[in-house]
Amino acid sequence: MHLAAPTFAQVLFWACAVTAVVMGALVVVLPNPVSSALALVMTLCAVAGLFLSLGAQFIAMVQVIVYAGAIMVLFLFVIMLLQLSGQGRRERTLLGPRLLGAVLGVALLAQLGAALATATYPSGPGDPAFFSPNNTLEVGRALYARYLLPFEVTSVLLLVALVGAVVLAKRKF
Amino acid sequence: MDFRYAALVPLFPLLGFLVNLFLGRRLSKGAVGLVACGSVLLSFLTAVGVFLGLRALAPDARQVVVPLFDWIQSGILRVPMGLLVDPLSVVMILVVTGVGFLIHVYSTGYMEHDEGYARYFTYLNLFTFSMLVLVLGSSFVTLFVGWEGVGLCSYLLIGFWYEKKSATDAGKKAFIVNRIGDFGFTLGMMLIFWTCGSLDFTEVFRVAGQRFQPGDAAVTTICLLLFLGATGKSAQLPLYVWLPDAMEGPTPVSALIHAATMVTAGVYMVARCHLLYLLSPTALLVVAVVGAATAIFSATIGLVQNDIKRVLAYSTVSQLGYMFLGLGVGAFTAGIFHLMTHAFFKALLFLGSGSVIHALSGEQDMRSMGGLKDPLRRTYTVFLIGTLALAGVFPLAGFFSKDEILWNAFQRQPALWVVGLAGAFCTAFYMFRVVYLTFYGEPRMSEEVRHHVHEPPSRMLVPLYVLAALSVVGGWIGLPLMPGGSPFSRWLEPVLGGAGPEAAAAAGGAAGHSLEILLMAVSLAVALLGILAAWNFYRRRPELPGRVGASLPGAYRTLLNKYYVDELYGAAVVRPFVALSRALWSFFDEVVVDGTVNAVGWAVRAAGSVVRQLQSGYVGGYALAMVLGLVAVLGFYFLR
Amino acid sequence: MVPISHYLWVSAALFCLGVTGVLVRRNAIVIFMCIELMMNAANLAFVAFARQLRSLDGQVVVFFVMTVAAAEVAVGLAIIISIFRHHESVDIDQVDLLRG
Repeated sequence: MHLAAPTFAQVLFWACAVTAVVMGALVVVLPNPVSSALALVMTLCAVAGLFLSLGAQFIAMVQVIVYAGAIMVLFLFVIMLLQLSGQGRRERTLLGPRLLGAVLGVALLAQLGAALATATYPSGPGDPAFFSPNNTLEVGRALYARYLLPFEVTSVLLLVALVGAVVLAKRKF
Repeated sequence: MDFRYAALVPLFPLLGFLVNLFLGRRLSKGAVGLVACGSVLLSFLTAVGVFLGLRALAPDARQVVVPLFDWIQSGILRVPMGLLVDPLSVVMILVVTGVGFLIHVYSTGYMEHDEGYARYFTYLNLFTFSMLVLVLGSSFVTLFVGWEGVGLCSYLLIGFWYEKKSATDAGKKAFIVNRIGDFGFTLGMMLIFWTCGSLDFTEVFRVAGQRFQPGDAAVTTICLLLFLGATGKSAQLPLYVWLPDAMEGPTPVSALIHAATMVTAGVYMVARCHLLYLLSPTALLVVAVVGAATAIFSATIGLVQNDIKRVLAYSTVSQLGYMFLGLGVGAFTAGIFHLMTHAFFKALLFLGSGSVIHALSGEQDMRSMGGLKDPLRRTYTVFLIGTLALAGVFPLAGFFSKDEILWNAFQRQPALWVVGLAGAFCTAFYMFRVVYLTFYGEPRMSEEVRHHVHEPPSRMLVPLYVLAALSVVGGWIGLPLMPGGSPFSRWLEPVLGGAGPEAAAAAGGAAGHSLEILLMAVSLAVALLGILAAWNFYRRRPELPGRVGASLPGAYRTLLNKYYVDELYGAAVVRPFVALSRALWSFFDEVVVDGTVNAVGWAVRAAGSVVRQLQSGYVGGYALAMVLGLVAVLGFYFLR
Repeated sequence: MVPISHYLWVSAALFCLGVTGVLVRRNAIVIFMCIELMMNAANLAFVAFARQLRSLDGQVVVFFVMTVAAAEVAVGLAIIISIFRHHESVDIDQVDLLRG
């Protein structure tokens, strides 16, 4: 049997994929919230790697900067603020519903797997912008041209979230 | 000729009813009276117009059906609402609106000081409307609508002074007893529909001859069932018991409803259905026997009653018996003739008694009357005229109508003729007893009441005069022994047929004529004998009644207590029913029905408390449920 | 080139891990993190299909998803903080004020 040597793409994929899934499992399993948070950070970085392998360089970087870099930091801040690190041990109650939850998760995976196994994937006509070497430029162009309205609306959304978060988290007025 | 304007006859009182119903309380008494009386007057004038219009047609063509609208259309059952304008219904509407109008006017005086003035006239107009629907209806159903309507108004008016328990009891008694009759009537109607396929008069009477053989069980049953309704509405044996109690209502009500109009509905109905009754000799015999029995039965009760209105009530029952006797021997025209004359003089007598009661500030017991002949000269005069008419004295109205019935009874059922004569004797006797006790002798009322004795106002007197005049001349259109029959019988011939008594008399020729004159003399003699006896008992030797009563205490008590019929009904019918109701209530209603309802409520609450547990407020549980649903839906799609 | 189905398998796995985490864990913040995990799985699927269909639209969508996720995290954590102040814990078993 003559196995071809793995390409770089394949190596990248498998490395990131395994990391992502393993770390994702750890998020669910680890008792300590801080540990879960850190595992999630690793997952996010692995997914960023997967984005790279799919040719979405801009999105990969945004993933690392915004998701792993800002959102997870926020999570950690809150965990620290609420001093939850010692609360891992209390989760031994009500085994029944939790077992059912696990079973449902497996069932869902089975169903999605069955769907994936029997699916075919048509190829698209292709957007010339997709093949440009400067992915960021092209994504930027798309955002400011075709998707301008959602873009602006999103900014309003961020404003609303900002105000909301401040108001909700304040102590008494 | 278009007779659609005949619909105005019942419509005017209906409008009066509606106006007084909604605006009565805000209008002045004068306005209310004007609306009520005016509507009936308009109705009367329209009725006269209908009469003239009908008269302009050839006798054969005097049967016009005025369709109004389709009421029920359900499968094979088609019930149109319409009017039947023919000589019989014209006679009835003239009587109802004419006498009704006079009584309305009288009431404006009699009820002047009553708080429920507007309510009274509202009911009275509604009654007039219902009665007119009854007599003008072109089908059994329309008749029945009016039938029920007058029953309702009777209930409302008997219990008019609803704060008096005796009045409300009397109203209920009337309604309930009538209901039994109505039950028979309804069954009769259903049987008619089943056998003849229609409830329309013209239709039914057209096919009756083909569908039924004379003497058929079906037609006999129908006639008997319909007659059961008549015994209820027209107060014959065994359902007459409500009429004496109905005297609790205001006197004009007694005059209108329980003398002149409503109680005659049964008579009208039998006359209208005479074709059916002629197909069933058995039923006719029953009608005649019941009529005669009722006539003598209640006449005997009237001999000893002390309340002036009660005497008149039993007299009405008795006279209705005469009408049914006439119908039962096949003299339908005679029965209707007596209906008409009776309306005149009985209304007169009731209104006259109302005048007396009014003068005596409400006293109704004759033992506390007397000596009113001079202070109440006018009332006395009209009352005497009415009494003579009722007693059947020539040449007043009652003589001719009663005599015609007796003549026909003699020809068909001689035994009943004897009964009728006996009843006539009693009638003359008890009526003159009333006259003597009320108007003659020493005054027996208290000094204070005596002081206030006064004639009624002209509003009440003028109707009395008119009715008195009618009581005198009203019989003359029914003069017997005329070639071809009297004007009245000729008028009714297209409807009720000239065959039978008149034809037999004409065929009898001279022999028949002289026999008739002989019988007339006999009736007159009997009446005069009755008057003489009353004069003897109450004028010449006033101690006689007491002595006779003392020597026959049992008989006296029985008569005074109306043969204990009410008590009999109470024990045999009412009490078992009440016991049954009570048993049903305590078991069925309380246990079964309430239990079921409560059980349903309990079940809902129990289910609710189970289902409530889904709303645990526990968010994790909700999330679990959502994912479970997701998996299930996906699974469903995969399995499909 | 790695076939797209491989990427989708990874996405499915991450998604199901996220669902399991939401149903099994009791700590509100950890549940929130599992939700983020699910969103990432979705993002991965979008980008994979963007490559398959050779269109940038998938990537633009991911951009927006991330933005919204950021906003959502901010507000959600603020809510959790408020709850914590009330109950002195973020155990969702103890938050049942919606009880019927």
